[in-house]
Amino acid sequence: MIYLTRKAEFSASHFYHNPEFTPEENQRVFGRCNNPNGHGHNYTLEVTVKGAVDPKSGFVVDLKQLKDVMSREVLDALDHRFLNKEVPEFFAMIPTTENLAIAIWQRLAPKLNAALLHRVRVYETPDLFVDFYGEA
Amino acid sequence: MKAHLTRRYMFSASHRLHSDRMSAEENRATYGKCNNPYGHGHNYMVEVTVSGPVHNHTGMVCNLVDLDGFVHTHILQRYDHQNLNLLSEFAREVPTTENLSIAIYEIVKRGFHKAHLEKIRIEETMMNSFEYTGEGR
Repeated sequence: MIYLTRKAEFSASHFYHNPEFTPEENQRVFGRCNNPNGHGHNYTLEVTVKGAVDPKSGFVVDLKQLKDVMSREVLDALDHRFLNKEVPEFFAMIPTTENLAIAIWQRLAPKLNAALLHRVRVYETPDLFVDFYGEA
Repeated sequence: MKAHLTRRYMFSASHRLHSDRMSAEENRATYGKCNNPYGHGHNYMVEVTVSGPVHNHTGMVCNLVDLDGFVHTHILQRYDHQNLNLLSEFAREVPTTENLSIAIYEIVKRGFHKAHLEKIRIEETMMNSFEYTGEGR
């Protein structure tokens, strides 16, 4: 079994707000991230796939296909977007880095043919990242 | 849905690698430059990885304010700008980064209960890092 990781970057804005919370609760739980005008990050995405090395090609996965799927399913949808207002998953779900990792997994998993998705890692800043392994 | 969350922190500390269970020659042979009697220092980078379900109401595994608060109070204030050899956890253990990883793991495991502790990873320099997941405790 070989693990292969491909990196990509995207920039997006977001804010954290739960409509079921009072304004005070939102402020207490989310702090500065609750500013309704949003703020932004340069996100780094790492997608790790796993599989056996194909004896004919020597590849675990066709990198071109992986890159195309990441570009089409993730970067085109998220890069230079306001996540709360432009990305359907986040119309009713808070765009924390945790939920972003889950959403990216759900976008990628059905589109990756041969390779098995192993991990989605999303860096919000160099000092903070989330890993999602598809666990329920 | 279960996710893993990792946060990085920095602190600077000094140490000397020296074991009372070895002779002076053995210490020098084992630890080399790190056995210098006056000690030396590093900028340590600590990664704390916690996991848990992403809560519906917050979208979070745990609130970073809670994790940051705990780490600042119990890890950074304890280790930053200190000589590790003088701390109680290193009275009998050599303050290698292996043992430092275990010490920090134990502090977080014992005191932080807002998410499940998965791993402590420490970079002592850009060229080496150590991980402890609680195995063999």
